[in-house]
Parts: sequence; C-alpha cells; structure tokens
Amino acid sequence: MRSEFRLRAERSLASQRARGNIRRAMDGLILKRRAAFPDLDELERLRDQGQAIRDQALANLPELLERLERRCATNGMHVHWAEDAAEANRLILDIIRRHGGHAVLKGKSMVSEEIGLNAFLAGHDIEPIETDLGELIIQLAREHPSHIVAPAVHKDRREVAELFARHFPEEPYGEDIEHLTALARRMMRERFRATRIGLSGVNFAVAETGTLCLVENEGNGRLSTTAPDVHIAITGIEKVIARLEDLAPLLTLLTRSATGQPITTYVNLISGPRKPNELDGPHEVHLILLDNGRSRIHADPELRATLRCIRCGACMNHCPVYHRIGGHGYGTVYPGPIGAILEPQLQGLERQGELAQASTLCGACGEVCPVRIPIPDLLNRLRFEQAQGRALRHGRRSGRERFLWRLWSLIHASPASYRRISGFVTRLRILARIRLGPWTRTRAAPRIAARSLHVLAQREGFRDD
Amino acid sequence: MTKPESILFFGTCLIDMANPEAGLAGMRLIERAGIRVRFPQGQTCCGQPAYNAGYREEARRVARLQLDVLAGDEPILVPSASCAGMMRTHYPRLFEGTPDAARAGQVAGRVVEFCDFLHRVLRIELNDLGPPIRVAVHHSCSARRQLLVADAATALLRRLANVSLVEPDHAHECCGFGGTFAIKEPEISSAMAGDKAAAVAATEVPLLVSQDWGCLLNIGGTAKQAGYAYRVKHIAEFLWERTEVAHEK
Repeated sequence: MRSEFRLRAERSLASQRARGNIRRAMDGLILKRRAAFPDLDELERLRDQGQAIRDQALANLPELLERLERRCATNGMHVHWAEDAAEANRLILDIIRRHGGHAVLKGKSMVSEEIGLNAFLAGHDIEPIETDLGELIIQLAREHPSHIVAPAVHKDRREVAELFARHFPEEPYGEDIEHLTALARRMMRERFRATRIGLSGVNFAVAETGTLCLVENEGNGRLSTTAPDVHIAITGIEKVIARLEDLAPLLTLLTRSATGQPITTYVNLISGPRKPNELDGPHEVHLILLDNGRSRIHADPELRATLRCIRCGACMNHCPVYHRIGGHGYGTVYPGPIGAILEPQLQGLERQGELAQASTLCGACGEVCPVRIPIPDLLNRLRFEQAQGRALRHGRRSGRERFLWRLWSLIHASPASYRRISGFVTRLRILARIRLGPWTRTRAAPRIAARSLHVLAQREGFRDD
Repeated sequence: MTKPESILFFGTCLIDMANPEAGLAGMRLIERAGIRVRFPQGQTCCGQPAYNAGYREEARRVARLQLDVLAGDEPILVPSASCAGMMRTHYPRLFEGTPDAARAGQVAGRVVEFCDFLHRVLRIELNDLGPPIRVAVHHSCSARRQLLVADAATALLRRLANVSLVEPDHAHECCGFGGTFAIKEPEISSAMAGDKAAAVAATEVPLLVSQDWGCLLNIGGTAKQAGYAYRVKHIAEFLWERTEVAHEK
C-alpha cells in the first residue's frame, strides 16, 4: 500500500506545469546564489562564522531568551511565551480582540503557517490579509506555500493572471509581471490604510539590544509593522542571536543564499513601539516566542544543529527531490531538506518519519547550507531512530523490514554464506531479474554476471594473500 | 601518498555480481602500473545499504567483516566513490565508541577511490588506442560532494587523446538512485532517473561513463527501458579497453 506521502508525491509529479515552473525558478535561484558568492574562500569563511554564531546562540539559548525578553520589555514591547500552536493562536486572538480588530495585515511568516494561524483566525471571524505578493496569491488560490521564501513559486504568471481575474473582475486583464504587481499593490494599499493590526515573522531577534530584524523585498513587511496601531511579531525561540554585530554576517548569508541578493530591498530593525516624540510606528508591539517542539530538538546535541537554520531555502533550491515534487509534495509547512529533518522532529517520527526517507542523501543541501547544517547526517540519524523502532511502528511492515536487514547482514557478514548466495544468484540470474519490484517498473532489469568478481579474480590469478 | 608496492582491491558487492568486468579491468590497470594487487576473497559489502537505511547494528556487523579481511597497511582501492565514501567517512562514525573504533579508523584512512588513485597517486599516463568517440561522464554525488574525486575521473578521461567529453544538462544533479530510496520512493526516483537519462540522450553520445556503477545501473536501466541508444560503462573498464599504460612517473 502506498503511503500518504507517496500518493501526494505522485500527484505532484503528475503536475507537469508546476514541475516546470519549479524547475525553472530553482535553476534561476541556483545561478543567482552562485553569482552572489564569487569568492569561494569568502563563502567558506562566512559559513564558518554563520555556524559559530548560531551554535553559540543555541548553546546559550535559555540565557539569551531571558535577555531578549528583558531588553524587549525595556524597549516597551510586550513579550509572550507560547508552548505550542494553540497557545500562540490564543495569544494572538486575545491581542486582536482587545483592540476590537476584525482583520490582520500579515507580513510573510512561516511560523504563522506552522501554527495554522489563518484558519484559526478565520474561524474566529477575523480576516487574515496576506500582504506579501506570493502569500496573497496563495491565499487567493486557497493553497499553502510551496516554498519558504517564494510561496507561490509553483505558479507561473499566466496562472496568477487568471487567479487575479477571478478575484478582481473589475480590473483589466494582464499577464505581465508589472501589471500584476501593480494590481496587487493597488488592492493592498486600501487594506493598509484601513487595518489597525499588523502581524509579521522575525528573521533574527537580537538579545543584546532587544531588536527584531525582518528582511523583505516588497515593503509590505515595513507597512505591516509600522502603519497599524498594533504590531504582533511571532517567531520560533531558536531565532535569537546574542549581539547586534552577529547580524551582519547572518544577513549577508541569508539574502545571498536565498535569492542571490547582496541585501534585500528592505531590512527592518524593529526596536519597540512609537516613542512620545515620534510621528509614526505602532503604539503597541508584541513579541510571541514559540516553542512548539523546539526545546525538545534543542535537548539532543546532534539534532540541535537543525535549529541553526536561518530559513534561506537554499537547501530546497538545490534539492533534486524538491525540484520534482515541490513543497506541496511534502505536505508539510517546511518542505525540502530542512523540512525533511525539521518536520519529523516537530511532529514526531510516527507522523512525518517518511520525510526522512525521501532523500537520496546526495548532499546538495549540506553543501549549500549557509550555517553548515549536516542535513544528510541528520537524515541518517532520524532513519536510525526510526529503525530502532523508538517512534515508528508500522506493525508488520517495519517488522518485515527489520527482519530483511538482519538477514542481509547475516549473509554479508560471513564470507561463506555470501559466496553461497552470490553463487546462487549468478547461476540463477534469469530468476533474479524478476524479483526487483519497483526498480524494474521504469528500468530494464540489471544484468547479473555469470561469474562474480570473486571467481574471476581467483581465475585470473589475483591472490588473496 | 606515494606509489605503493601493493594494494588491496575492494571490488564492492554491486560490481561483484553486476559488473565484475569493471572490477577486473580496474585490477589489471593497477597491476599494469607495476603494483601488486591482492583481492581478499573474504570481502562482501561495505555495509552502506544498511547504514543509509538507519540499520546501524546490521551495518556494523557487515563492516566488521571488511575490517577483518582488509587488515594490513596497504592502500585499499575501491572502484566506487559511494562505497569508498562509506568506508572513508562513515566507518569512523559507525564504530565510534566500540572496541573496533581504532581499526575502523585505520582502515578508513587507507581507503582510496580508484580514479583518485590513478590520477593523484599514480599520475598514470594513458595512451589512447581507441577510435575517436564522444563520451558523456556522470559523477556520483559521493564523488562530487563527499570525497571530491569527480575531478579525478574527468582528468583521467581527458588524458585519452581520442575521447571528447560532453557534459549533459544538470550534470551536478543526483541520478535518483540513493540506495533504498529507489525502492522506498520509486516514483520520485524514477522521475529523477528519467530526467537524467533524457539529459544524457540529448547529448547524442553513444556512451555514458562513470566511476560509480550504482548510478550507471540506475541511469542505464532507465535509458534502456526508454529506448535510448547509448550504453553505459564503468570508467575502469573504459580506461582498460582503450589504453596501454606508458611508463609511469
């Protein structure tokens, strides 16, 4: 029986249009990243630095979070802690209700996807308004992001034009990018004027100064965090860094790895609400620090590296599996290689363990990760945990798998039994061809030799001793 | 590393049963360079399939046998970057904290991938006797990213005067084999292999060469099923067929 993941992947594979769109976009992003790091020595130095900064922050996570809370409070922000998605959603709803809000302007936030905020708010008669162009497209199409940086990357401009035509029938139809962005901008301006509550994610939270850093290219992040009376920022607890000076290397790693940009069009450093002598900015700023399984990951010295992630998306941009099935094929909020290690840890191996299997361990992700997360090694670790049966119990299937590997190991751990089996296979090689299951569905059966190398080597006089 | 007097040849289980000619060609090439080649008959498999599937105890059981049969001081030659990568980089990790840790490290340190050995250690000269041919080369992910020996394969092929090398589209990308991945996620694996096989076909070469038979089993099988005309060949066999070795430096 095919797993849910396999069925979903199959659907994604069958969607030729989306596959083509993703492939083209990823090819472009790969080239842009490469061009952004012309000096490979500099890149490796930066990666070392990025890893060190993130590792240091994670090593001191509890202290840094407390310092962040104190500094943010000193700056006039309200800091909240959320154990899980439900608590985060509840906190956000309470803030909105306290201000009598009926809608929220949303800057791009993957954590808001993680907690299922949009559905939750809609269920409480509060309209979430996505202001990032990609997120807006996804929202109109009633889909989920297929990429953590470029949420609508699976759609081409014709699809977007058709989508806009359906939702804004009074507007003239057009398929070129300028027309589409101008249209989205016009729609958005109205909402920015009228909505009193904004919500955003956070790229980095600086403990030393109580500063929230937010990068974006459309200005919607700045508007969502400054135009409304209330700004709610939500982030995972791992996003904290110690010092302001840590920001520069991480920012350049992030933007160059993600989109090949030396810097994003907007870099927002948010350090609290409007002060008495200031003319703009929100009157109230809330920071919600979400755990949702992260401290559990943090407790494991090896798996902790997962939390170094700065969400640049380079791993998925370079992943051949992601190229084929896109974010929707994974069926999780975080797709691609980072999703394949993060989601099984956030949601548990019993629910998302198969993601750890959905990799050829080709290493392309680890090679480009700006903070050197050893993704293939961590996939291997999660597979080990699965094989241990600590979490995943597929009943008969996992029992059979374990049995087969034990049998395989017994055969290959004994020269005599290996010789017997290889003699058997080479003699009965016609028979061996039939039993290859999924392999031969799309491949001609491999040729089995009439005599093994063991036999040939001996015959040719290559000695054993 | 300087040129050794003798080496141990670790043929890999895939070559053992699916392409022993490549293993034999590899041993002959090394022998022709004046090095004594030993083939320990007790060898089986490096253990990578179980290791990558998460079955570490089973992988250790199999790897331990290789530690036994590969004891000694000579370099261990492996005609696969994938298997060599397992032995070189993962054996120390696999045996960490076990009584076999020291000898696992010793064996790992002696493992050399075949092309790397010919190119970097022997600096082998290749006298191309074959007719002119265009050839596409596929580098395994282990060669490219784990052991960094992809360049060695390219360098060897470039020494063949009558061979012109062609790089297929998206050459940097994995072929989709991935060991048990091909069995566990056959749809994605087939999609990757299909793209790879098609990219090679688009170059219109008659032959695809690689230092890893696993990839070629995948790409070649897919190409054959798809009706593409090119064949696949392990680089050891290709080099052997086309050359005689001049005096090595």
